[in-house]
Amino acid sequence: MNSKKGWSIVYWAVVVALLAVGVVGWYWRLTVGHQMANYGSIIPWGLWVAMYIYFIGLSAGAFLISSLVYVFGVERFRPMARLSLFTALVALLMALLQIWVDLGHMERFYEVYTRPHFYSMMAWMVWLYTTYFVLLLVEMWFVTRRDLVRWSRKPGLSGTLSRILALGSKDESDASARRDEQKVRVLGALGVALAIAFHGGVGALFAVDKSRPMWHTGLYPLMFLLAALVSGGGLLLAIYAFLAPDRGTEAHKSLVESLSKLVLGLVLLYILFTWADFSIVWYGKIPADVEPIKIILFGKYWYVFWLGEVLLGMLVPVVLLSLKATRQSPLWAGLAGASIVVAFIAVRLNIVIPPLAVPELQGLADAAPAFRMSTNYLPSMMEWFVTLGIVGFGAALYALGYGLLPVRPNMSEKEV
Amino acid sequence: MPEIPVIQEREDVIARMMDDLQRALKKPPSERRWGMVIDLTKCTGCDSCTVACKSEHKTPPGVNYNVVIKEEIGTYPNVRDVFLPRPCMQCENPPCVDVCPVSATYKNEEGIVVIDYDVCIGCRYCITACPYGARSFDFGEWYTIDTPEVAPYETAPTFEYSEERVREDGKSPIGNVRKCNFCIERLHEGLLPACITTCVGRARYFGDLNDPDSLVSELLRQKHAFRLKEELGTEPKVYYLT
Ligand code: SF4
Ligand code: SF4
Repeated sequence: MNSKKGWSIVYWAVVVALLAVGVVGWYWRLTVGHQMANYGSIIPWGLWVAMYIYFIGLSAGAFLISSLVYVFGVERFRPMARLSLFTALVALLMALLQIWVDLGHMERFYEVYTRPHFYSMMAWMVWLYTTYFVLLLVEMWFVTRRDLVRWSRKPGLSGTLSRILALGSKDESDASARRDEQKVRVLGALGVALAIAFHGGVGALFAVDKSRPMWHTGLYPLMFLLAALVSGGGLLLAIYAFLAPDRGTEAHKSLVESLSKLVLGLVLLYILFTWADFSIVWYGKIPADVEPIKIILFGKYWYVFWLGEVLLGMLVPVVLLSLKATRQSPLWAGLAGASIVVAFIAVRLNIVIPPLAVPELQGLADAAPAFRMSTNYLPSMMEWFVTLGIVGFGAALYALGYGLLPVRPNMSEKEV
Repeated sequence: MPEIPVIQEREDVIARMMDDLQRALKKPPSERRWGMVIDLTKCTGCDSCTVACKSEHKTPPGVNYNVVIKEEIGTYPNVRDVFLPRPCMQCENPPCVDVCPVSATYKNEEGIVVIDYDVCIGCRYCITACPYGARSFDFGEWYTIDTPEVAPYETAPTFEYSEERVREDGKSPIGNVRKCNFCIERLHEGLLPACITTCVGRARYFGDLNDPDSLVSELLRQKHAFRLKEELGTEPKVYYLT
């Protein structure tokens, strides 16, 4: 009990620190604007776009894993299905904040709804993730409805919140739960289609860009989906291994192991995709195509690939999750999951930045030397602060939801 | 004794192009097809065009509608400099227009790719999509910000797209993507683009590609011309002569 309290104090201390830093970052962003950012006109997208696809990938991945249970009936994962759904929701909110702050005119975001250009993958993406957002909320409501009704009777904040969120529903019968379950199955199925469409769409947003050879590949939409599953799976593995209330039981151990196997398979598949992507371009020797890969492998920021992607994202998880001893230990398996979660930040950074660091015309960056025409990019302090603030916001929301709402693993939602 | 040839009075290309312009302006806008021809053998790499464009549009640091890309070919002592002026190509099939989520950037009826500053959300997708690096983001910076006073030439209004605008924090075009628009506001007043009138080497020509009698059409008939990245199917309306 004591150590649990201790951890929770540490957690909230970190969250408060992140939020404090975030307030400074957002203040800078909203008062001074883009001047304090380090991206430019050669590399027009930076940390924020990378973190956006990172968060949105976590969301899509967590959602798809929840649908294993709700749509495909893989009962094995039921204890964590609900938490997966909640994770998807929080990650999506983080993603939306992250991309909103990146706009040159944040106040005009609504134009994507009022005057969408349907030939633009970006417009599609916004429409699809809006629909996905609504669907997540509705599905989340049906998944938790009966427990919200039950929790309404609890004293304190949790009870009040549950009462409000139950939206007047009072029915606690098994029959009502069965009806919910059916609705969730339909919503989940729609959601799977939607998640594939919109995250594949995020990949397509890059893939259709024919002036950036590294993005312009049919592999990209598929790689994005796979990346979502790997990173979302890693996140859930870590969360479940470390946070599940039934830690220490055989049931917990065996679910961790099942999840580990799933994540291992996904990581191996992702390695294969990365190899296919890089090796074929390399073979072609077309300078404009090969240059971004050279930057990734041997450039100034080589460690993002070798330490981030390869070590943390491939070697560590593959070793920890294939050895029986470590796979069966929730501690090691959880660490493997956490390692993947961190590694995918590196993956996303390398997707966005190096392909932009090669100007479309040779000599362009030197034609009119300026800070904004640089081929080198490191996020500025303001950029880091804004993103850290968003992480803090997500972590706070997650902990609050986890503490106050019926979203924990092993909630007994299965009807008898 | 060979006879010394009489030096003929040479035609002034600027006057010729201004006549071409007048003819084009008499046509309905959709029948004009503005195009630029740049003679690389005449370009001296002096960047006058870049500067003329800067003063015409008062673009801030890092925002360049036109640049002159310089490349050294060969190794010392056998070196040769080549210069490639690069405005916006005003592509017939512009990838930047395809990707814009809110149709803030579009090809107008005269074939010029324009940006509606009051609509653009500043997502910068178009910058990534332009194969010619022709677009820049306006970060809201000033050349003279670290001096006691921002110089008046930076804060004076501009008339891009025939709209009077003063750059101010939080207001367009700050926070927007910007690029060369063939000086459309000048064209409509019967003036040639600033880079054309200023070009010291007389390397730049401008006119209506739909008019067989225009100087640009004539040049394209007579000389060997190429366009950048033809393989992408963007169909630029900027031609280079070699
Ligand atoms: S050169 Fe670039 S900015 Fe200009 S029309 Fe073509 S794609 Fe668009
Ligand atoms: S930056 Fe502006 S013009 Fe460019 S794609 Fe985004 S909204 Fe369109």
